[in-house]
Amino acid sequence: MTEEEAKKLILETLQGKSKAKSKFYLKDFYAMIPDMKNREVKNIVNRMVSEGLLEYWSSGSTTLIGLKGMGKQHGEEDEA
Amino acid sequence: MGKHNTPMLDELEKGPWPSFVSDIKQQAAKGKHILKDAPEDLLGVMELSYEDKVTHWKHGGIVGVFGYGGGIIGRYCDQPKMFPGVAHFHTVRVNQPSSKFYTTKFLRSLCDLWEHHGSGLTNMHGSTGDIVFLGTTTDHLEPLFFEMTHELNQDLGGSGSNLRTPECCLGQSRCEFACYDTQEACDNLTHEYQDELHRPAFPYKFKFKFDGCPNGCVASIARSDMSFIGTWRDDIRIDQAAVKAYVGGELAPNAGAYSGRDWGKFDIQKEVIDLCPTGCIRWDGSKLEINNKECVRCMHCLNVMPRALRKGLDTGASILFGAKAPILEGAQMATLTVPFMKMESPFDEAKELVEKVWDWWMEEGKNRERLGELIQRKSFQEFLRICELDPDPRMVDEPRSNPYIFWKEEEVEGGWTRDIEAFRAKHQR
Repeated sequence: MTEEEAKKLILETLQGKSKAKSKFYLKDFYAMIPDMKNREVKNIVNRMVSEGLLEYWSSGSTTLIGLKGMGKQHGEEDEA
Repeated sequence: MGKHNTPMLDELEKGPWPSFVSDIKQQAAKGKHILKDAPEDLLGVMELSYEDKVTHWKHGGIVGVFGYGGGIIGRYCDQPKMFPGVAHFHTVRVNQPSSKFYTTKFLRSLCDLWEHHGSGLTNMHGSTGDIVFLGTTTDHLEPLFFEMTHELNQDLGGSGSNLRTPECCLGQSRCEFACYDTQEACDNLTHEYQDELHRPAFPYKFKFKFDGCPNGCVASIARSDMSFIGTWRDDIRIDQAAVKAYVGGELAPNAGAYSGRDWGKFDIQKEVIDLCPTGCIRWDGSKLEINNKECVRCMHCLNVMPRALRKGLDTGASILFGAKAPILEGAQMATLTVPFMKMESPFDEAKELVEKVWDWWMEEGKNRERLGELIQRKSFQEFLRICELDPDPRMVDEPRSNPYIFWKEEEVEGGWTRDIEAFRAKHQR
């Protein structure tokens, strides 16, 4: 699988799940592309964040990753 | 009184010890920071938390600087109308210099930068070792990051599921006990693993810490997933004349520490020989002898008589894995895995081990599972197989209670199957 195909698959998978869940562990991405080495998937996911397709959410101790713009955004933090 | 009435916090200013409440009030009064209400509102929200006995911080968020997946931690207050100065109060972790050596000029530059872009409040240093900048708003993050990296040549530290900022003791810069150059090792591995430090790579956090000797001044054995502790594999060097000088009172024990009261005459038998955990040291009144094979590097004799006893000359580090604070199974100390490794730049042998361990943890680790918990779950035997290491008695703390080393079926004659009837004929239930 090429990098472009992997990115497309990741986006499709996340969009398919977006109603139920907006943030994912890195390990969830490994499961989306089982044929690729984990380290390669990690690199692709991080590149997708730099490209503005995905975004990080961090509690400080753990990092989750989701589609950019999905879930609670910075601007909504003050809303009740 | 400040902006908020804080009677419970004010109690924390009483007594002889330094008070973080006084520090925050001092910053509020100084008033040079750009986020004017932040220190006062921080006191206000803390007082409310003391009253309510719950936190008023929400959990994390989407903030960061471009290209980095760590170093910035989103913090939002759940009472933003009551405390607008800390409604958005993000934390910034800054990679501290090795061994935390600073010039006053650099410290002033850091503080000026932070007053220009945040609350002015810092934590020197956080538990992982970073310089921690406490509290800023999202619009200040990119300018702060740009100025810090371009003008101060200073990088962010790690947070989230990343490699955390590596930390080392003073090492050979100040300490005669250091068995390798901890600063060089820390700096080298920090640069080697920049990607893992700045972008999430793992199921959870991962920490390296470098102690130059078993005194463990950065507590790597308790607080890092991969702990490097300096050691030696030859003999402790003994200066018999200096031993006699300690016994005769010409040299102060413990390098003069604890000299604030009269402890009486130094008693080598009571204060050194009888305290050796393995009983491997002997004093006959004129000569000190050490059975080096039995020494467990407790460091007590070297600490008490540093002029008489010195570490060996063939030095390196022991490598231990798996320490962590309590979340799942309780706090866990690291387990000795590599009894001795030479620690010389470019540290290729150590890096080879790091990468074997990371590959396994990335593959097998569950979400939010620390390496120590994975070793517990999959067995130390499996961990040794991954590390391509043979079991060694030095890995065993207490035989029979934590042997860790088990036979494989193919190593046992007849495997795991046996004739139970034949067994019962010889052994009653």
